[in-house]
Amino acid sequence: MTPPISSPTDRSNLQYNPGCSLDLDRVASVRVNRSAVERRVKSLGGRRSIKAVWQAAWLLQAIKLIDLTTLSGDDTCPRVRRMVAKAISPVRPDILEVLGVPPDSVRTGAVCVYHEMVNCAVEARGKQALPIAAVSTGFPAGLTPFDLRRDEILRSVDAGCDEVDIVISRRLALAGQWHQLYDEVAAFREACGSIHMKTILATGELGTLRTVVRASHVCMMAGADFIKTSTGKEGVNATLPVSLVMLRAIRDHYYATGHAVGFKPAGGISQARQALLYLALVKEELGNEWLSPRLFRFGASSLLGDIERQLEHFATGRYSAEFRHALG
Amino acid sequence: MSVSELLRNLEFGPAPESSDIAEQWLRKHERRFGHFIAGSFQTPDDCERFDSTNPATGEVLARLTQGTREDVNAAVAAAQGALPAWRRVDGATRARYLYAIARSIQRHSRLLAVVETLDNGKPIRESRDIDILLAARHFYFHAGMAQLVETEFADYEPHGVCGQIIPWNFPLLMLAWKLAPALATGNTVVLKPAEFTSLTALLFAEIVSDIGLPEGVINIVTGDGETGEHLTRHADINKLAFTGSTEVGRHIRRLTAGTGKSLTLELGGKSPYIVLDDADLDSAVEGLVDAIWFNQGQVCCAGSRLLVQESIASDMYRRIRRRMDRLRIGNPMDKAIDMGAIVHPRQLRRVSGLVEKGLSEGGDVHRAASPIPETGCFYPPTLITGLAPSSLLMQEEIFGPVLASMTFRTPAEGVALANNTRYGLAASVWSDNINLALEVAPQLKCGVVWINSANLFDAAAGFGGYRESGFGREGGWEGMLAYLKQKTPVRLKKRQLKEAGSPGQPGSGALFRIDRTAKMFINGVQARPDSGYSIVVRNPSGDRIGEVGHGNRKDIRNAVEAARKAGNWCLTTAALRSQILYYIAENLDARAAEFAARIVAQTGVAETEAEKEVATSIERLFYYAAWADKYDGQVHSVPIRGVALAMKEPIGVVGALCCASYPLLGLISALAPLVAMGNTCVLVPSETAPLSATDFYQVLQTSDVPPGVVNIVTGKCQELVETVARHDNIDAVWHFGSSELGKVAEFESAGNLKRIWAPDCDRLDWMCRSGGQGRDFLYNATETKNIWIPYGES
Repeated sequence: MTPPISSPTDRSNLQYNPGCSLDLDRVASVRVNRSAVERRVKSLGGRRSIKAVWQAAWLLQAIKLIDLTTLSGDDTCPRVRRMVAKAISPVRPDILEVLGVPPDSVRTGAVCVYHEMVNCAVEARGKQALPIAAVSTGFPAGLTPFDLRRDEILRSVDAGCDEVDIVISRRLALAGQWHQLYDEVAAFREACGSIHMKTILATGELGTLRTVVRASHVCMMAGADFIKTSTGKEGVNATLPVSLVMLRAIRDHYYATGHAVGFKPAGGISQARQALLYLALVKEELGNEWLSPRLFRFGASSLLGDIERQLEHFATGRYSAEFRHALG
Repeated sequence: MSVSELLRNLEFGPAPESSDIAEQWLRKHERRFGHFIAGSFQTPDDCERFDSTNPATGEVLARLTQGTREDVNAAVAAAQGALPAWRRVDGATRARYLYAIARSIQRHSRLLAVVETLDNGKPIRESRDIDILLAARHFYFHAGMAQLVETEFADYEPHGVCGQIIPWNFPLLMLAWKLAPALATGNTVVLKPAEFTSLTALLFAEIVSDIGLPEGVINIVTGDGETGEHLTRHADINKLAFTGSTEVGRHIRRLTAGTGKSLTLELGGKSPYIVLDDADLDSAVEGLVDAIWFNQGQVCCAGSRLLVQESIASDMYRRIRRRMDRLRIGNPMDKAIDMGAIVHPRQLRRVSGLVEKGLSEGGDVHRAASPIPETGCFYPPTLITGLAPSSLLMQEEIFGPVLASMTFRTPAEGVALANNTRYGLAASVWSDNINLALEVAPQLKCGVVWINSANLFDAAAGFGGYRESGFGREGGWEGMLAYLKQKTPVRLKKRQLKEAGSPGQPGSGALFRIDRTAKMFINGVQARPDSGYSIVVRNPSGDRIGEVGHGNRKDIRNAVEAARKAGNWCLTTAALRSQILYYIAENLDARAAEFAARIVAQTGVAETEAEKEVATSIERLFYYAAWADKYDGQVHSVPIRGVALAMKEPIGVVGALCCASYPLLGLISALAPLVAMGNTCVLVPSETAPLSATDFYQVLQTSDVPPGVVNIVTGKCQELVETVARHDNIDAVWHFGSSELGKVAEFESAGNLKRIWAPDCDRLDWMCRSGGQGRDFLYNATETKNIWIPYGES
């Protein structure tokens, strides 16, 4: 049985996730066997090798799935403009020509910045179809007062962002205060309106895979369009085991409610072969529908550079070098 | 195909492994191979040959030589010639050879993997990431064992020349499992690979011939079952190890009966895969991929019987079907496929024939929606649900990618269904509740249990079966004993019986002694023989000294039923079993003089000798009382985050035919270790001197031994041995009688392939501490079950 999504362009039930009421039974019944989960992801690389022209296609797709990100204290407007330019034109045109792909058909899934940079990003983007995502709600710790966090969303929406990446209150998940977590995320959902909301679980701070899955379910019930692993600032960011259990939670949510929720692994994915592994995992667990920017994003800053090198290698047959590709 | 087109569907695409180097190797040999005997390849021109084919394409890879009787003779002679020197090589040096083999396998790992996949049809991912790695690991592990064998197994010696017959499902890995422990312990070997898949064995021989292993230590003879039969029948083979089907195992058991060959068998299975309602279902589904869709399901320990708790069954089945449809089936040389080719058209016909026949009885079938190559030996991953325990598909080993399933209501019912099989190789238990998983695992009658996992292997953990899945273990400390035997004591004292007076005779006192009827002892009570006949017991002078019941097959039947019913004995604490053995000793000691007199009366031995027999019997009870709570299992160091518990378990119901010349000690020497380890037993005492046994049940009755734990049936060994050995509800037989009867016991044990221990009785010195008791008895009174317990939550 394949999820009833007619094509990747059918947005009818993808626009956003309306959520559902909190089902604590589902939350309580979560079972995750860590060793078995690890065995699955460990054998995946050996089971799904993507080579030659297929690899080139997958890597191009990976670029379309990147939320090109800068989230540093020293971000400036010019820096963000540079990144937006890179997002719009991520691969050298001569390489795309060899691949036989129109230059304007490849751009990253979005750029992702702090609220203060949203204006710059929106300006820099101009009329190009490049979504701007803002991290929000007291990113990365999420420990500013609730009103301020909600207000931050509203301001970013006002500033013209297309997507908001919120952080959850880890303390609520750790304490099992699922009602409170549900209410908080639902409030953020409401603040987002029709804007796409990604919910960052900060899985590296949740202690166990079981808590990750429970929090995933609560966020999806509360209306998250995406569940996202990490801020990139935790000690441990995206990992394959965490991703596998979140993907399985998405599948369960889909079969329970009919709503397709997206997935965004973030932090620590910097190599093309890692990206291929993630994509293979997503295809295996959820199917091709989830290989589109509407349902999958990488949160990454340096991944693009490695993919460019691999694409050039494919195009020329020679191993590439970093400096041959434009910086973001 | 263009990138733009590929972007639309994002298929995985082919990822072929090159076979160039392997083809070069085949060409170098002109696609023609002989046997590897005495250190070189023998490629006679005028011999019968057969093809080795690639099952994925049907292409002939090479022509192999059919091993004849003469070939086998030559190989055995070479192994025998190499034996004296190889045994003398010290362990440290043998360790270096084994280490060199391990390193050679690693250096040539990709070639071995490619040849394996070409020849067998298994995915290159598996041969590369699993088979070859584990084979190298096995040699490393046993390099270590070679280093340790002299100190850790000081009382043991190698068997001599080993004949080893291996199957086609893991050709190189099974070779490693067989060769490594044999070489580590100082045996020499003649190995016959399966006729479908001999190429890696030959490549292995070529690779290791460079390490300077003495000629004749390893010999490889190719050929089919006929070649195997020559090997099995060869008089100079001291030990046979076979992995393959239960039917062939049975045949080998019969062929080797009475020949003195040591035998280990690793046979078929229909292993249960139990999913309880608190399992991580997605992980349990993924585990099935490892359990039944690994190596096309051609795995003796494949989790082929899926038992799902009713409350989660429909959810579980839905998840399985979805997962199956994503499996990729195809060219095994493709690095990105999950399932390759079935080994041979013959096997493919067997699998499809069995499924067709099984489905005619009912069942809902789901075949993976994945595309399958139109040519070559391919069979789709298949799930069949809605079956009953009686269904053919739930009973028969299919040895293909076919999962047969049914549901259960409670954990207890799940266990009952899991054990409802003639086999007993492996099991998986899925539950996130430690209480439940660790309760279920020990109840499963099989040699390996994987909790929340499937098909985990490592050289440090023993592998092997219960019931008709065979006997003996491979790997771990426990596997070493398959290639070692206890050294014979230097000075053997045999009891000489002579004529003598009989102090217990009726009428020898002032008054007539009151007539006494010796009965049998069944289910804790004294029982008359079913036949209603008695046998006269005479001393060596021929004087009548008493009568015992003439036991027949019904008495054995009753005794076995009682013993089976007393199965809870194994659930009592070891401390209690120990205490009861001490108590038996205490009560025997109180009547020592009387027992000594009875021994004198029956055997005519000197009084001091009889007293010594009683004293030794009492000491022996103390000895096993001591061991009862100390024969511990182990925690193996396996490469997972978790543990593998090697638990010692009782075998179950054991029939023992006791030594004839030691009326009391012969009985106690069998009874005490069996009871100490938690078995229940049916004992046939000395035929000529049974009265010590019939006296002894009074001691049992005063010593808190629960009914049925010990049963004693008197009678003619010739008549009883067959019934005991043929009884399908007896799990093991100990035979300490004549070698003729030992042969009968071994031959008849083939029915349910019960474990049999029939040591050459002349080699056992019953009165001696090192001969009549010890670890051999404990080993033969127990099974080792390896329970793999991965853990981890955070």
